[in-house]
Amino acid sequence: MYGRKVKLRFFFVTLILLILILTTFLVLKSLEENVVYFKSPSDVKVLEELENKKIRIGGMVKEKSIKISNLGVNFIITDFKNEINVTYSGAVPNLFTEGKGVVAEGYLKDENFFEASKILAKHDENYMPPEVKEALDNK
Amino acid sequence: MIYSSIGYYALIFGMIISFPIIFFSIKNLRNAKILDNKIINFSFIQLLLVIISFLGLILSFVYSDFSNETVFNNSHTTKPLFYKISGTWGNHEGSLLLWLLVLTLFIFIFLIRSNGLLKNYRILTVMFQQIIILGFFVFLIKSSNPFNYIFPVPDEGLGLNPILQDPALAIHPPILYLGYVGSSIIFSSVLAATSLNYISKTWATHIKRWVLASWIFLTLGILLGSIWAYYELGWGGFWFWDPVENVSLMPWLALTTLLHCVLVLEKRSTLSSWIIILSIATFTLSMSGTFLVRSGILNSVHTFANDPERGLFILIFLLILILISFIIFLIFHKNEKKKLISFSFLSKETSILINNWFMMYFLSVILIGTIYPIFLDVISSEKISVGPPFYHKLIVPFLIPFLIFMALGSQLRWIRSNLDGKLYLIIFFILSLSMSALIVKYLSIDYLINTILIGSAFYLFFVTIRDFFQEKFANISQTISHFGFSLLILSILFNNIFSKEIITNLKVGEKFKNEKFQIVFDDLKKFEKKNYVSFKGYFLIKENEFEDKLEPELRVYNQPNITTSEADIKTSFLNDKFITMNTVQNEEHFNIRYQVKPFMLWIWISVILISFGGTISLLKKKGT
Repeated sequence: MYGRKVKLRFFFVTLILLILILTTFLVLKSLEENVVYFKSPSDVKVLEELENKKIRIGGMVKEKSIKISNLGVNFIITDFKNEINVTYSGAVPNLFTEGKGVVAEGYLKDENFFEASKILAKHDENYMPPEVKEALDNK
Repeated sequence: MIYSSIGYYALIFGMIISFPIIFFSIKNLRNAKILDNKIINFSFIQLLLVIISFLGLILSFVYSDFSNETVFNNSHTTKPLFYKISGTWGNHEGSLLLWLLVLTLFIFIFLIRSNGLLKNYRILTVMFQQIIILGFFVFLIKSSNPFNYIFPVPDEGLGLNPILQDPALAIHPPILYLGYVGSSIIFSSVLAATSLNYISKTWATHIKRWVLASWIFLTLGILLGSIWAYYELGWGGFWFWDPVENVSLMPWLALTTLLHCVLVLEKRSTLSSWIIILSIATFTLSMSGTFLVRSGILNSVHTFANDPERGLFILIFLLILILISFIIFLIFHKNEKKKLISFSFLSKETSILINNWFMMYFLSVILIGTIYPIFLDVISSEKISVGPPFYHKLIVPFLIPFLIFMALGSQLRWIRSNLDGKLYLIIFFILSLSMSALIVKYLSIDYLINTILIGSAFYLFFVTIRDFFQEKFANISQTISHFGFSLLILSILFNNIFSKEIITNLKVGEKFKNEKFQIVFDDLKKFEKKNYVSFKGYFLIKENEFEDKLEPELRVYNQPNITTSEADIKTSFLNDKFITMNTVQNEEHFNIRYQVKPFMLWIWISVILISFGGTISLLKKKGT
């Protein structure tokens, strides 16, 4: 039959293939679980069912909508077609102001309420998150 | 005005110099036995011209010459001198000019430091490097000219983004670029050596210095960026798995793997295919790193407004380079002669090889996480982001075998090792595991993985400490770096587990209280500074018995009109106390974030130790 060396080599090739398949599977599965989708308020309205998954919502902070108390911040994200109420109790980035772009990350309570766990900062007053820009361009 | 013109023409002449260099190189390739001095002289002239060009840009910044578009876009008369100068490379055009400067500098250093090596190898390296240099010249002059003229001349510039006005970030790009560009020399050299079939022990000893130098700079560059993000962005973290951070970590991983392969090549003349592929990968990753950061393609919280068109040129140029290098690899690379280069399972080679595979795995995970969103956006215009849990889940568990092999590898000998007198390895292992089990139990965090992870980090920690005493400085550079790595992992783990955070909104005079902490917002004062107005908050923080006074700041810059928050951090050996405040829509409430971060200082120290190990190895005399 086959020599010992050939058998050994065959064993190694199978082992490597197995490991490769396993890691690919692991990576893809983990990717699926940990990807955060980006939605605009209008996208949220047409959602068929509410999944208990982390998402990002982007748009503009509606004028005169920010309300702040000791517990947290409430505001409304709008894409000028639809709106969504956001409750948030965490650190607020510097450039978070009414009438400017914002991206909030968190969970949907229902199609009108969003509980944010993070508000993303931007560094540049000219800079708008690409998603927000696109959402606004599409309106 | 005058400085811009000088800079511009120096740049043009610098590009022209590339042609005689290439011409004499080709001529020299066939004839003479020794390297033509003309090549060295012309390389020196080219370096001088690029330096002049760079100085021209710096002086335009220093004298606030707003007829220069780059200066207009990125500077302002009220900016402090230090940031006027650092503004030179704080923008796209200037940073590319810096790339070019380092490219020409490195090839010149290469030429004068490679005496005694094969003549044709030196010439070929120069030629490959010149292709890269020429590409950068064309790119600079054609699509990102730092010396564009604007008319009528504006009175005042737009100013530099205030968060970039920071000492750490002023030196971060040059240091990082020294690392990135160092990989270009490795790339050119590997291509030259492959074409001539020159990959050998002598070559390994020579290229090792370049690998080490780039690796040290890259390590320090990443460290500086991380320190900056920690205190300037006010999130209190040091690594966010943000795409912009990932693109600097990927070349680092490739370079670290390469470094270990070169060490194997130097001792055992094997793994040459690995070296070629890794060199190409490191350079590709470095260049695409620059490209991705500057192109605006990445969906990153660090992204600054910029122009995607420019990226296309770098991308095409990069693709051509990769293509050339793979053709060279396939045609010229002869697989290791069947000289029976074998090693047993229990040897240093095996453990290095296994950890190479692990590092390649980490690299692939980061690569997938970074480019998958771009990929998905292109094919389905679905916007996604990949967050830290993805990386943590896929990387953290694999750190366990990685750390264990790292500890074992240094204890094994080349070719074949036995386990005589290695009882201490098992004792240390049991010791580390029980220690971490105790810690984990005491903290009542019931994660099995935590125990094993902390245990394996302790294992490396103890084994390297033993090396300090036992090995009598035989391999001090490796021991220091590996010790630094174990310290890094331990600090990060404890930092994660013990961190405490309080976020609240307070008015001046108000108080926050819970079982352990009390935060009092005492006062708010206003100060006028040269180019910003500062609002300083005075906070009194009581934790159990201890009291701390912290004074975070809000800065409203005049030009551009941006508010930044400056964290106030009290650093001690055991922990950092970190506070930031933010305004919300100019209301009376301020958003306060207070964090206690243990072992922060040790994270920085351990990274410095890691690169310090490399520095020792670099400075060590040959033959010792």
